[in-house]
Amino acid sequence: MNKHSELAVYNFAYLDEQTKRMIRRAILKAIAIPGYQVPFASREMPMPYGWGTGGVQVTASILGPDDTLKVIDQGADDTTNAVSIRAFFQKVAHVAVTTQTAQATIIQTRHRIPEETLQDNQVLVYQVPIPEPLRFLEPRETETRKMHALEEYGLMHVKLYEDIARNGHIATTYAYPVKVEGRYVMDPSPTPKFDNPKMHRSQALQLFGAGREKRIYAIPPYTDVVSLDFEDHPFEVQQFEEPCALCAASGVYLDEVVLDDRGGRMFVCSDTDYCEKRRDNGHVGHLNGETAGAVK
Amino acid sequence: MSDHPLLRVNAITKYYGSRVGCTDVSFNLWPGEVLAIVGESGSGKTTLLNAISTNLMPTSGTVEYRMRDGQFRDLYRMGEAERRFLMRTDWGFVHQNPADGLRMTVSAGANVGERLMAIGNRHYGNIRQEATQWLGRVEIDADRIDDQPRDFSGGMRQRLQIARNLVTGPRLVFMDEPTGGLDVSVQARLLDLVRGLVNDLGLSAIVVTHDLAVARLLSHRMMVMKEGRVIEHGLTDRVLDDPREPYTQLLVSSILQV
Amino acid sequence: MPTPLVVSEVAKSFTMHLRDGIQLPVVENVTFAVAAGECAVLGGPSGIGKSSILKMLYGNYGVDAGQILITHDQETVDIASADPRTVLALRRDVIGYVSQFLRTVPRVAAVDVVAEPLVARGVSHGKARARAVELLEKLNLPERLWSLPPATFSGGEQQRVNIARGFITDHPLLLLDEPTASLDAANRAVVVELIRAKKAAGVALLGIFHDNDVRAEIADRIIDVSGFRVTRDAA
Repeated sequence: MNKHSELAVYNFAYLDEQTKRMIRRAILKAIAIPGYQVPFASREMPMPYGWGTGGVQVTASILGPDDTLKVIDQGADDTTNAVSIRAFFQKVAHVAVTTQTAQATIIQTRHRIPEETLQDNQVLVYQVPIPEPLRFLEPRETETRKMHALEEYGLMHVKLYEDIARNGHIATTYAYPVKVEGRYVMDPSPTPKFDNPKMHRSQALQLFGAGREKRIYAIPPYTDVVSLDFEDHPFEVQQFEEPCALCAASGVYLDEVVLDDRGGRMFVCSDTDYCEKRRDNGHVGHLNGETAGAVK
Repeated sequence: MSDHPLLRVNAITKYYGSRVGCTDVSFNLWPGEVLAIVGESGSGKTTLLNAISTNLMPTSGTVEYRMRDGQFRDLYRMGEAERRFLMRTDWGFVHQNPADGLRMTVSAGANVGERLMAIGNRHYGNIRQEATQWLGRVEIDADRIDDQPRDFSGGMRQRLQIARNLVTGPRLVFMDEPTGGLDVSVQARLLDLVRGLVNDLGLSAIVVTHDLAVARLLSHRMMVMKEGRVIEHGLTDRVLDDPREPYTQLLVSSILQV
Repeated sequence: MPTPLVVSEVAKSFTMHLRDGIQLPVVENVTFAVAAGECAVLGGPSGIGKSSILKMLYGNYGVDAGQILITHDQETVDIASADPRTVLALRRDVIGYVSQFLRTVPRVAAVDVVAEPLVARGVSHGKARARAVELLEKLNLPERLWSLPPATFSGGEQQRVNIARGFITDHPLLLLDEPTASLDAANRAVVVELIRAKKAAGVALLGIFHDNDVRAEIADRIIDVSGFRVTRDAA
């Protein structure tokens, strides 16, 4: 008995071939209609809803034996969600895995887009909790589908209006709505709006899977993705006052890390692979010496 | 006086299965004219209103609307996109229950501004200014602009709903029992406000009400409905002061005098 | 110049459906005309149908038979068979009416109640209000009342608002239903003066006046309504 024999009851990448075909058809349709939410027959996965069941099904359907998989959660390769999904595919598909963005052919992500520019041989798979950007203002699915069909998107601006009225500026910082290829308004999943510009005309194929809500949507390579805004309150991304405390990178998305219970904290790259690579190349942040051991 | 009606309703009939909703109703509505449809509950007046305002597909009959280019269009032969666009620009619909016509969890300003954003206004400052102006016209203090309608009284909600509908300068407004759930004193204020706005803006309106006082105050012309049919119609004061049909006489004689 | 008002063989009855459908005949064969610059007065005892005739002329009551011909834009219109839109146009442009009682609208100031018929004809608010003030002044309505809604006014005050509203336009035909009933002598004199001015301007007036003195001063002719009274055996 070889060491995988007890897994013989599983098909490659866990899902049966019929299911994968069904999901691929949904993906093809999603690519053909950028930003449009395609319903699909979402399966039960061996993990709870909210843990990326949509993304996992999309990944399982496009994964081939020669692919190299990277999984990130909030930009990190080493958090529970990322580790377990990576282990899952190692186990059920025996594919190569990596934490290096440039090495991966498929990157499944929760809530971030890697800092390193993606290439045309890469696919980014997003885990999506609620695919419908209009949901919080219009609870009826029949109505939101009609609004998409008829391109009635005034409501989306109502949400941004409320933001400005309440906070003086557009305070939506994640799941910031975008218009895809001048047609469908889309929820980019709860990525920080910092990442929105990376979606625009990206060379990589971007796929979105929502398991509980049973929807798949896509942004094909080189597609226009425009963040919604007002003329007098234009879209802008978050600015960080200081560079990464560990690798001194600026112009990247930083996470706040609490260091002690006396108010000590630092800001470090949310993309761990990017940060490590910079440090390996000799970049040193202002806290690197003292705390590197603590966060590494 | 314009030589063309704004709306031509021709032989509208609506059956619910074998039950009659309304049957064979025809009339023209002219620019600047307010028509009241009166009758008791179940007389078919709301069915008629919904059938005319494209909320309910009639079993037979046509509804034609004169578009801004002067051409008449059959509303039920229009594409849905165009019909919905018409409804949120050139038409208004004031529901009896303001919660049906408002977004209760967004601010008053956004409620008024929504139609502007829907037709492509993308300047926050302008939208807000317009909303402020409209709140003033419906007598809501400007400092309530960021409050949600769920914090408003019934009368304020109804006034907000009216502002939300009128912000795009519609030519035709449908009202379903606009003063339905309100206290008498609040009703009077609302009616007067609506009357003033309709006069100032030259709106055409179709008002469904069971309250003859509302019809008297707001409308030029009225239709009395019973069992799905229009049994009497004419100039509002003529119908109320010299009712012809037995049922109309009963309605008029049932008004409480104070 | 055509005769502003011709009434021909008009009949009116009420059918009281709530009282077993009994017929209450009011008038029949009503036939008369009023010329421009003339003030005709409907005469006869009360309850004989004088107000009903005025109301039919104004389109407020339906007409069972006959014609009521009114000239509008050089065209002759039969108000007895006209559609509501035409009746409204006639009221706006041709027929003025001073009713016995003012139907008040909540929250509208007296001066705007008076100005409204002019505004409806396209006169600016400012001009219309200025003309309204002139008339209210002439009718001795205290200035402090001008900006208040007339609902709380006394009968005489309301009546003066009503008169001002009826007289503010230059309608060629003016119907007056006891406009002086609740007025004191001084204000009655003002109304008489206003009526004379209308006559001089070529307006055709038709009125009901129970006050003999006023009637004597302004009436060119009395139309005896008892002659139009329906007698049972005649039918």
